This record gives sequence, C-alpha cells and structure tokens, in this order.
Amino acid sequence: MSPPHPQTWLYPRPEGLFCEPGGFFIDPLRAVDRAVITHGHSDHARGGHRAVLAHAATLAIMKARGVAGKASQAAGWGERIGMGEVTLWLEPAGHVLGSAQIVMAYRGSRAVVSGDYKRAADPTCEAFVPVPCDVFVTEATFGLPVFRHPPALGEISRLLASMALYPGRAHVVGCYSLGKTQRLIALLRRAGWERPVYLDQALIAMCAVYEAHGVRLGDLRPALAADGADLAGGIVLAPPPSIGERWVPRLGDPVVGLASGWLGVRQRVRQGRVELPLVVSDHADWDELNATLDEVAAPEVWVTHGSEAALIHAVGRRGIRGRALRLVGYGEEEA
Amino acid sequence: MIAFAALLDDLACAPGKGPQEALLRRYFGTVADPDRAMGLAVLTGAATLKVTRPALLRALAAERFDPVLFGLGHGFVGDVAETVALMWPERAGANAAPPGLAEVVRTLGATAAADVPAQIARFLDVLPAGARLWLLKGATGGTRVRVPAPILRAALAGLSAGRLTAGALEEVWHGLVAPYAALFAWIEGRGGRPDPGEGPQFHPLMPAEAVGVVAGLDAARWRAEWQWEGERVQLVAGPGGRRVFGRGAEDISATTPGLIAAMGFDAVLDGVLLTPRGRPHQVRLHDVLFEAGEDLRPLPFDQRRARLDAWFARVAPLGMDLSPLLDFATPADLAALHRAARDHAATGLILKDRASPYIPGRAEGAWRTWQRDSQSVTAVLMYAERGGDLSFGVWREDGVLVPVGKCTPDLPRTARATLDAWVRTHTLKRFGPVREVAPGLVLQVACDAAELSSRHKAGVTLRAARLVCVRPDVPAAAADRLELVLALARPGPSA
Repeated sequence: MSPPHPQTWLYPRPEGLFCEPGGFFIDPLRAVDRAVITHGHSDHARGGHRAVLAHAATLAIMKARGVAGKASQAAGWGERIGMGEVTLWLEPAGHVLGSAQIVMAYRGSRAVVSGDYKRAADPTCEAFVPVPCDVFVTEATFGLPVFRHPPALGEISRLLASMALYPGRAHVVGCYSLGKTQRLIALLRRAGWERPVYLDQALIAMCAVYEAHGVRLGDLRPALAADGADLAGGIVLAPPPSIGERWVPRLGDPVVGLASGWLGVRQRVRQGRVELPLVVSDHADWDELNATLDEVAAPEVWVTHGSEAALIHAVGRRGIRGRALRLVGYGEEEA
Repeated sequence: MIAFAALLDDLACAPGKGPQEALLRRYFGTVADPDRAMGLAVLTGAATLKVTRPALLRALAAERFDPVLFGLGHGFVGDVAETVALMWPERAGANAAPPGLAEVVRTLGATAAADVPAQIARFLDVLPAGARLWLLKGATGGTRVRVPAPILRAALAGLSAGRLTAGALEEVWHGLVAPYAALFAWIEGRGGRPDPGEGPQFHPLMPAEAVGVVAGLDAARWRAEWQWEGERVQLVAGPGGRRVFGRGAEDISATTPGLIAAMGFDAVLDGVLLTPRGRPHQVRLHDVLFEAGEDLRPLPFDQRRARLDAWFARVAPLGMDLSPLLDFATPADLAALHRAARDHAATGLILKDRASPYIPGRAEGAWRTWQRDSQSVTAVLMYAERGGDLSFGVWREDGVLVPVGKCTPDLPRTARATLDAWVRTHTLKRFGPVREVAPGLVLQVACDAAELSSRHKAGVTLRAARLVCVRPDVPAAAADRLELVLALARPGPSA
C-alpha cells in the first residue's frame, strides 16, 4: 500500500491545523485538548490548552507570557516522540528562541509545519534546518518578490552611524518584545556596542528568558530608572506603541527608529513616520522562501498566511504544487 | 551612487532643517570627489540624472519580470519605479564595482538615447536596491531631488571648521559652477575665496520673522507695508551689468528678459516680482541696498526709504512701483489693516523697525510678517493615500462632488488610526497606495487662499490647505458648496 497523502491526515479545522492520527492541533487558535506549539509569539501560542508540547524555550516563553498549558511536555531538537500513530519531532526554524518546525511521520508519509521561519543568521536562536518531506507547510509573510531583506548587521551599522552623527540625541528604536528586541541587542553587541542598552519595561521579562537559556545580551538596564543624561547619546528599545506616548515626551528630541521587515518599501517608511527605519525582519524574505522550498524538495507546498498568491505562482513554475491553506488569525504579531 | 542614494533616503526621513543639515554635512565630509561635487550639482539642480521617460520602467518590467509576479508586487508597493528597483535580481558574481554618482551622471549623459535602457540595466545589475530606486527615479524624472540652497550652504559652512559662515558662501553662491572644485578647496582651507565672477553680485537678503498678534506693540517704532504675493527678487544693475536674483541667490536673469531691459540704472533694490517669470513683469520695490555704489545698508530703515522714494521719483523704471507705507497710529489700526489684507490682494502685513539697518542673513525680529487669517472650508474626503495625503472635495450645483485640494494630515497617532480605519472600511477603489472612499467623512480644512485654476475640474483649488479636524458630527450632504469656494477665490497672478 502506498503511503497516505498528508491531506488525508493533516487538515484545517476551525480550531486550527489538525493532525488526526496524532490527535493534536498545531498552533491552535482556540483552546484545545492537545496542542503542539511552533513558537512563543502570541498569534501562535495562545492560552487555555490542556496539554502543550513545545521546545523547552517556547514553554518558558509561554510561561512568562502567562499562557502556559495545564500540562506541558518539553521536546529537545530531533527527539522522536510518539503521538498516537504519528512520530513527531522538532527541528529549529530560526525565527525566535525555541522556534521549531514540527516534523510528522505517518505510515511512510512525512509533513513538516514550519511555523514562522527565517534563514538569515541570528545569534539568539538555532539556525533553520531543512528537512526533506512530502508536504511542506510554509508561511508567506514576505511572500512577494519585492521583499529582499538587507543584511541585518548593515542596518545596525546605520544605527551606530546615526548615533555618531547625533551624539547628544537619544536613539529610541521600536521593536517587539519577543525576538526582535533580543536580536537587535545581540547584533549591537556583535557590532561592538558594549555600553548599556536601555529597555522599556515591557521588554525586560523576555530578555530574562533569553538570558536564562544561555543567550548573552550584555548590560541591560530599565530605561525608566535611567536619568536623562544617561539616555542622551544612548540606545532605548521600546514597543512601537509606547514610543510616541511615553518616550518621545520623556527623551525630548530623540531619533525615533523602527526595526521591521516592512520598511524595505518606501510607502511603509513614510507611513511609519520614523527618522531611522531599520529593515530587520524575523521572517524569510522572498529569496529565502523560494530557496527553502527548493531545499526541502517537497512536491507539494501549503501556504498558511501572508501573500500566498505570488509564492504559489512562483513554485508552480518550478513544478511544485502550491495550495493556500487559509488559516486566519496568524501574522498579527510584528514581522 | 550608493552614498548619494542613502543620503536621499535619510533626507526623506529627516524631521527638519537641523537633521537635514547634519546629514548633508556628513555626506560632503565623507564622500570623495568627484562624487560629492556631483551630489551638490544634483541637489542644486545644476546636474540631472534625467535621461529618459517613465515608459522605460514598464519596458524594463516587461522584459525582465514574470507579469503575474510584477503585478502582485506593484499592487503592494504602489509605485512602478520602486517595484522594479526592489524586484531587480541581485546578480551573484557581478563583481564590477558599483559606479559612483559622477560616473552614473556622466555615462548616462553621454549615452545615445537608444542605448540608455541597456546602460541603465547594466548599472542596476551592480547596485543595491536603495541605489537602484534613486537611479530609476532620477533617470525617468520621477523625482526632483533638490535641497533649498540655505540648507546646502549651512551644511557646507559646517565643514569649514568655523572659518566660513553660510552668509559668506551666499555671497559667492551665484558665481559657482559645477564641479565646484574651488568651493570645496575654499571650505577645506586648501584654497582662496572663489571668484564670484565679473559683474553684478548678489547681496544676502534681509528676512522677516513670522509673528502672530501685535497687541502691545509700540506703534511709534514701526512702519507697516502690505506683504505682496509673488517672488522676492533682488535687482542688481550698474556699470558692470544687470542681473535679477531669486531669494536663494539664484540668477534668474535669463527668465526675466523684460525686467533686465528695464534696469537702466545703478542700484541694488529689494522687491517682489508680482508676475510669473517670463510674463511682462511687474515689480513692487520696498528697499534699496546700494545706490550708485554707495552702501545704504547701515542706514536706518526710514532713511533708506527716503532714498528709495527720491530715487524712484527720479528714475521710475518701466514696470516697477513702490510698496506704499501704510498709515496707522495704534495696534488697533494695525489689526484693522490686517483684516483688510485680502481686499488689497496682500497675504498679510509686514512690519519694519524704523531704526533698523538692513541686516543680511538671519531674521533678527527687525522685520516681522503678520499673515492674514486663513479661510475655512468644510469638505468631504474623496481619496486617501496610505499614511499620506488626503484629497477632498465640495458639492457642485448638480450634486457631483468635485475635488478642490489636498492636505497632509498632521494628526496624533490615535486620531490617524481612527481615520485610517474609516478609510479601510469605506474604500470604493484602489489605485496603488491611493484609496477612493465613499463620500461620507467631513473634514474641516483651513487654507491660505482659494485660487481659480483651469487645470482643476472644480475650476478652483485651495492653496496651502491643512486639516483642522475631522468632523464625524457633520453629514456629508452638509459640506460646503462649490459656489462658496469660488466666492473665496480671487483671480490668481496667472489669471
């Protein structure tokens, strides 16, 4: 008997993507009995599940965010776990700390759900590992050919050049608490910035989780406790909504920056009204998406969220069958 | 080209003159010749990247890209040049060094029209996305990258380690020619002051400071004139020749031949060109800086004005008149004049300290402008650009909404979000980043003036319009009628 096509055992239900022979949902949108979670962003890791399986770092992130399951099972990279009739394991997705691809093997057929992922180097999480499979489930947040993220270190050097140009002005950079913040800090350290990095209150807890998992972030200080003289000429990281409300009034005349993959498009830069747009993304860009689909060599690709039309068109021209898997509710976290 | 493109990107985000100046200073201080000199030439308008038309962009896209992917990309980006720049494949192994700005401008300028597309494609192959965008925008005339001369001069003066002021640069500015080798040598202390050339020279203007109300003003200290609508000019004539300069020291003699012909005198005069360049001229004079070689600038205003009156009575050049001094005794008189500004086709009042010399360069408060109050229009939102301009219209007699202007809303973040949400839920059609919305949201708009214009469907357009507030309480049908806006308009200078 030939192996069953994954569409017969892995399919969307109102709660989310359901693996029937394993009896679990992946990143479910509603509270379920058994959930497997790819990573800790709020649109993927929701609260209220009974049993949660994820990488240990993701479980710690969920706990810090107050959305831990009633029962938790930590899985190490590559560790085979039997779930009903399915053998499941995790491989790194390179998106944020603990972010995993879910690999599922069932009666000789193999599907991989990648969650969110990127291919660019990131010192704060394990690099993406391509796994050959029959069906590869991909995101497409930046699934348009106009998205090509520049090297992140180059963007950091633009930040440092701006600090040199305006030595008396504080630089406040908008970034989300999980992933982007820690990546920016680690890149700053790599670029030689050894002075303190000041953090908005909302970013502190997640940095502590990273530190607890061995990611060294250097001298971090709460920005609220710092005085103006320290902040002038310093770097403050804050969630974007709090910049206009809290930090611009407090810092006087800061250089306002924003770190986001969308800022490669000028219209988005104008919309963001920031002085220093930094194109730094936690997601694969167009070239990385396409290269990944070629590497995993799956004859069929399901696209969950983002701009699926362009990606399906592009892979179709290479003989890969693409299909839009309409799962609403993802992509609400920052990109 | 890479450094220049980065400069243009940075300038586009810079929130004011100070940061713009700092960015320009860094560019001129770090980029080597001949690229920085070419950068200055492009920013002053002395050199251009434009060699072709926007049709090139669609042609490149058709030749290089899958039409489905290009269409999807363009749908998101909303701009053809930017879509081409972003989608252009990075060529691994293209190891030619990226060209500098000077090389790009010179090469394109020397390329036969038929070979321009291929040459641009060769440059695109070796440039990063940001530089590709500005190359495409520049080459197709899609953008005019100009920086006001005062900001350029301040930035360049900043490179001189304190030896030169922006004013010192202004005096030689009109005589400078690309590639500006003498200018940079002078700024960096490697050479002497560039020769501003034979003949008439520009003298920096005395600017006026904008003020609001004038209650408590010491009326005896001030003279008042109307502030005339038009282009401020300096007329310089004498044995050395005749020239007309714009307010930024640019020589506009070539576009004002009639005026030059009328300048058979020996004086330096300050005035306002009331008519568009190239038309029969009308200049209203309000000050005299030199007469027959004598520097009158140190004299108090009253004495200069007496000299101007006497000179004008004698010479009375064709197409020129004097800006009259207005009678007033009290601040209340001034306020009454201010209210009447519109009836005199003036944009407001200008007050001049009777005792002040002519102070070139910075506004010191000796001249003050008091702009007339703005007009208010209740209009209906018609088009909204994502994060950008709003276009609005008023009702024509036949019940059709006709656009009369647009404004860039400066709203607090939450108000902007509310507006964006309304736009999203009331979109009728999308044109790239621009959405046409259902006529349902009323805007309170202020403007300096309504101007008749045959180029606009409504026959009238609001000048310098700004959003006062969104009026969710007013139904769209209650917005202003076109007749009312037409009544606000008076014939513009071109009508």
